[in-house]
Amino acid sequence: MSARVLVGVKRVIDYAVKIRVKPDNTGVVTDGVKHSMNPFCEIAVEEAVKLKEKKLIKEVVAVSCGPQQAQETIRTALAMGADRGIHVEVSGKDYDNLGPLQVSKILAALAKKEETSLIILGKQAIDDDCNQTGQMTAALLDWPQGTFASEVVLEGDKVKVIREIDGGLETVRLKMPAVITADLRLNTPRYATLPNIMKAKKKKIDVVKPGELGVDLTSHLEVLRVDEPPQRQAGMKVETVEELISRLKEAGRM
Amino acid sequence: MIYGMIYIIMGVISRAGTSVQFQSTLVVAEHTNDKLTPLTLNAISAARKLGDDVSCLVAGTGCAKVVEEVSKVLGVKKVLVAQHDAYRGLLPEELTPLILASQKQFQFTHICAGASAFGKNLLPRVAAKLDVAPLSDIIEIKSPDTFVRTIYAGNALSTVKCNDPVKVFTVRATSFEAAPVEGGSATKEEVTSSPVGVSEWIEQNLTKSDRPELTSAKVVVSGGRGLKSGDNFKLLYDLADKLNAAVGASRAAVDAGFVPNDLQVGQTGKIVAPELYIAVGISGAIQHLAGMKDSKTIVAINKDPEAPIFQVADYGLVADLFKAIPEMTEALKK
Repeated sequence: MSARVLVGVKRVIDYAVKIRVKPDNTGVVTDGVKHSMNPFCEIAVEEAVKLKEKKLIKEVVAVSCGPQQAQETIRTALAMGADRGIHVEVSGKDYDNLGPLQVSKILAALAKKEETSLIILGKQAIDDDCNQTGQMTAALLDWPQGTFASEVVLEGDKVKVIREIDGGLETVRLKMPAVITADLRLNTPRYATLPNIMKAKKKKIDVVKPGELGVDLTSHLEVLRVDEPPQRQAGMKVETVEELISRLKEAGRM
Repeated sequence: MIYGMIYIIMGVISRAGTSVQFQSTLVVAEHTNDKLTPLTLNAISAARKLGDDVSCLVAGTGCAKVVEEVSKVLGVKKVLVAQHDAYRGLLPEELTPLILASQKQFQFTHICAGASAFGKNLLPRVAAKLDVAPLSDIIEIKSPDTFVRTIYAGNALSTVKCNDPVKVFTVRATSFEAAPVEGGSATKEEVTSSPVGVSEWIEQNLTKSDRPELTSAKVVVSGGRGLKSGDNFKLLYDLADKLNAAVGASRAAVDAGFVPNDLQVGQTGKIVAPELYIAVGISGAIQHLAGMKDSKTIVAINKDPEAPIFQVADYGLVADLFKAIPEMTEALKK
């Protein structure tokens, strides 16, 4: 019962928003757009809080890297049941260049500092769609990884993970400490209740700079441009099944 | 001495991105010991766009058959073979040191794999060990250091230049043709690494099906919440059988327990681009469109004329699926 879990949470544009590419093709419009916690991160937080409720772990620490607003995302995690937060403050140009490599270096440094036995992250962020940070964090720490987890069972100093793979499911057993990334089916995240949101305001968020963790944020990736994807031609409505089949036959699709 | 100078000069040119002559690429093969997974062939095609020097790593517990298969693939120059019990389940903890050892020996400029659960699990781990930033799920190679990938569930295309010494990336299979499985004659070379032993593969539970594999099928019939139950998916299976199609599903259908997770098409499921995609009882949420909007022809069958799926469908039929699908299956029997 001495284990401490680190949960990474990312603030992203809300999943329901239809994004717009900036006219100068440098990125997508984020100003004035609704942001929320990345859905996969919510699942990671829920899993960590559930492990604590089962008294299998001692403390849940929520971490987010980014500008001041990242603290709102950490507050959400605290309201869901995380014990305390760490805000790794990154802003301006550094934030524009912040990718999975930099975030994994930060998480690995924090994992060592906080004597962590488990890191739980979402499997991917719905903005960059990278699906890299968990794997890279595990690599930097030389810890095993249980990615795309749909079930997590702590077994003493090991953790059994059922993973979602292309043809079905796969079970692996990892020596702790380990890194786990959450798939959609791992759990259903709870809603933070008003009393818990109030309580979360009293919980502590430490603010640290990447430099204090010894992490260099240099990036070797350059985004040259961001474009709208090609739009599909407007289609046609057909009236009957027969018409549909004959159109598809004409088009050589059947 | 003079040759050495020329090599140095050409090396500089190649690093400046004006020549593709000195690129060498390692493709990590995905397989089931018996058979090469088809998307490895798409990854090999992507690798060939970078230059002729393409090697392929086959690791496993008993992979002689796959090694033979890969050595005949057109464009593969060398097959690196690693056979050991430690590679059971192709765990990333065991494969990463093997790839690093291969990299140390052969100094590849690019390391890639298909963007499947296997490739996504493995390559970021390799990249972190090389201290480079990987690129996920690329859809185009502009030059040896410039790639295109989608972000925000396929709603934007990002062109990225990678200035790292080794480019590590996964390839979206539907964006590159499969390499021909004949015509190649690769040499073989053994590579090894020591077992790590921090993880253990226990078992796999694969969904059994006689239908074509979802990501490479020419026709896909997908069902959503509108199917109302798992039993009703039989309507789609019957239609799929008439079309020799794979069956897919929206997240709503998976979450409701109608079908297993591995049938999910979308941002967080599988990306498909068949010749014909038939969406039945699927509204067409952003996350679903991300997985199928590059299909050549899209058909939507939905009783709600306002469903967003109709905005991307080439042919839309506003109808009750419980009538339209059996009618369609019947019509195709003739």
